Amino acid sequence: MAITTDHTRAVADGAHSHGVVPAGSRAERKTSFDLADIPVPTGREEEWRFSPVARLQPLFAEDLGAGGVLTTVVEAPEAKVEIVGKDDARLGTTGKPGDRTAVTAWNAAQEATVITLPAEAVASDVTSVRVEGVTKDVTAQHLLVRAEHHAEGVVVIDHRGDAMLNQTVEIVVEDGAHLTLVSVQDWTDGAVHASSHRARVGRDAKLKHVVVTFGGDVVRITPDATFTAEGGEVEMVGLYFADTDQHQEHRLFVDHAVPRCKSRVTYKGALQGVGAHTVWVGDVLIQAEAEGTDTYELNRNLVLSDGARADSVPNLEIETGEIDGAGHASATGRFDDEQLFYLMARGIPEVDARRLVVRGFFAELIEEIGVPSVRDRLIASIEAELEKSMSVITGIAPAAAGEAEQA
Amino acid sequence: MPTLEIRDLHVSVDTKEGPKPILRGVDLTINSGETHAIMGPNGSGKSTLASALAGHPKYQVTSGTVTLDGEDVLAMTVDERARAGLFLAMQYPVEVPGVSVANFLRTAKTAIDGEAPALRTWGKEVKAAMADLRIDAAFSERSVNEGFSGGEKKRHEILQMELFKPRFAILDETDSGLDVDALRVVSEGVNRAKQNTDVGVLLITHYTRILRYIKPDFVHVFVDGRIAEEGGPELAERLENEGYDRYVGTGTTMSA
Ligand SMILES: Nc1ncnc2c1ncn2[C@@H]1O[C@H](COP(=O)(O)OP(=O)(O)OP(=O)(O)O)[C@@H](O)[C@H]1O
Ligand SMILES: [Mg+2]
Repeated sequence: MAITTDHTRAVADGAHSHGVVPAGSRAERKTSFDLADIPVPTGREEEWRFSPVARLQPLFAEDLGAGGVLTTVVEAPEAKVEIVGKDDARLGTTGKPGDRTAVTAWNAAQEATVITLPAEAVASDVTSVRVEGVTKDVTAQHLLVRAEHHAEGVVVIDHRGDAMLNQTVEIVVEDGAHLTLVSVQDWTDGAVHASSHRARVGRDAKLKHVVVTFGGDVVRITPDATFTAEGGEVEMVGLYFADTDQHQEHRLFVDHAVPRCKSRVTYKGALQGVGAHTVWVGDVLIQAEAEGTDTYELNRNLVLSDGARADSVPNLEIETGEIDGAGHASATGRFDDEQLFYLMARGIPEVDARRLVVRGFFAELIEEIGVPSVRDRLIASIEAELEKSMSVITGIAPAAAGEAEQA
Repeated sequence: MPTLEIRDLHVSVDTKEGPKPILRGVDLTINSGETHAIMGPNGSGKSTLASALAGHPKYQVTSGTVTLDGEDVLAMTVDERARAGLFLAMQYPVEVPGVSVANFLRTAKTAIDGEAPALRTWGKEVKAAMADLRIDAAFSERSVNEGFSGGEKKRHEILQMELFKPRFAILDETDSGLDVDALRVVSEGVNRAKQNTDVGVLLITHYTRILRYIKPDFVHVFVDGRIAEEGGPELAERLENEGYDRYVGTGTTMSA
């Protein structure tokens, strides 16, 4: 990949961070179901230091409502959907909340939507969960997606409209099951969304976890995945596109607690406009007993205009020497004017050339997602985002003059 | 007859310390069908001339004119220059990840011609041109220049020259980094383009070996940002044997 990785150029205002080792091990992070154990953050805490805590404040409250979103599930014929009380024994099995929004979401939600792909069933269609914001009442929501042993299927959670949503998504992938879970954040302006994804991956099971974030004022997703038996595989793919004043944060944690599991993390984001802020934190913990672990994580950011800021912090903790592979890469680059020049020198107008470069940046990732309906939607959304930046470019100055200043 | 005319061209490059003058009055006229070789020491400004003609934003024209058939090239944006018929085969072609060669070629051809090429013939034309240049068909699906070897990048540049059919092509050290076979293949590509389209060629090189395949009508010695001497093909031989000593160190000093 030839995007510019010169960090001084990456973000003109020097607001780029890379590889900062967080204080303390991820294994020591406090997790609890009890509100009292995880107080309202000040913003100085490791897990909140990049976040706009003021804008997230309403989601830290103990009492959250339930009526702000309308949830519609269209399930595959093989899948089963239930609404259950919070006392259902299947809830809360994927680990404890690890930060304030996660613990308030857990405690405030009174019921949960449970989607089950029954044992050995191969879903013939995508199961789609549409979460539509209808009022700005602060709302807690709990979803549980279960792929029973040797089940296979795709579940897409699609967020739209305007909402103040604090969400838990529990994901259980039992032995031998293959689950693809996609979460699309396509909110309108104004939405604030925190979501704790907590996944358990069983023996020889595979989870493909896809996050796509375009809309909303503040979106903060924290996917955790823990392997519970050998042979598990997790592939986490993320794509985000932040505009003016949007905050998009993705904090991942992959816990290699058992031997011989594999994880791959690939997140890519584009930023444009003043105040666009993205945060990617990738914690991977390889515990002492997790021999034969194979892990790699990558984050790349493409900064399309001045005043945008991308924070990228990969963090790999290795407690055993007996691993197959472990690595990470992180790079944040300015839009490469040399690429633009090359394409324009072949007669391609600036607007089209930019489009080609940005599409190219995301191309591989879009193919990796592998869910056709999501892919088409994604391509359309990227086009729409680019349309915004193009109108900025074409509105300011003749192409040549505008570029000269940026070079 | 189409003509590319460069008059008293002065160009500065943007540096951290401010603009730095590189070209100091270049005069050059190229008629279509003609091949002009430019030879000169490292840092004399040959690539700067090529980049300035293509409109690279890093280079500022401080005075002088460039016209193509009387049209003011310097007033055009980079893409307009290409559409007007100017082509630059770069010394260091840029990698564009995620953009396939096939998509790139079609997009550029459409932009240059102002209409999409006929679906049926275009595919064949690309295939044939790639075969002529010994470029494996699999390159169509690869990202532009990404992971290409030096020689593959140069062949990909000449592939574009053949397909886009420019009126004037500037070849910046297209021969460097090529082995003997590749040099011949690439030279044949340039000669085909010359035959088929009567393109005017400005060929920047350090070595006469490419000039044995591509016969120049004129040879220009480029020193310290301007043309120091002009002559026929025999001048190239002399330069290769004697070097640039007789031009360097006399009069103006090297800026490098
Ligand atoms: N961005 C830049 N900053 C500072 N100096 C530059 C920059 N770009 C070019 N120059 C200088 O301009 C001069 C001319 O460079 P140019 O690349 O045009 O030379 P050239 O004749 O093509 O050399 P070569 O034969 O090595 O390719 C050199 O001294 C070079 O260092
Ligand atoms: Mg050069």
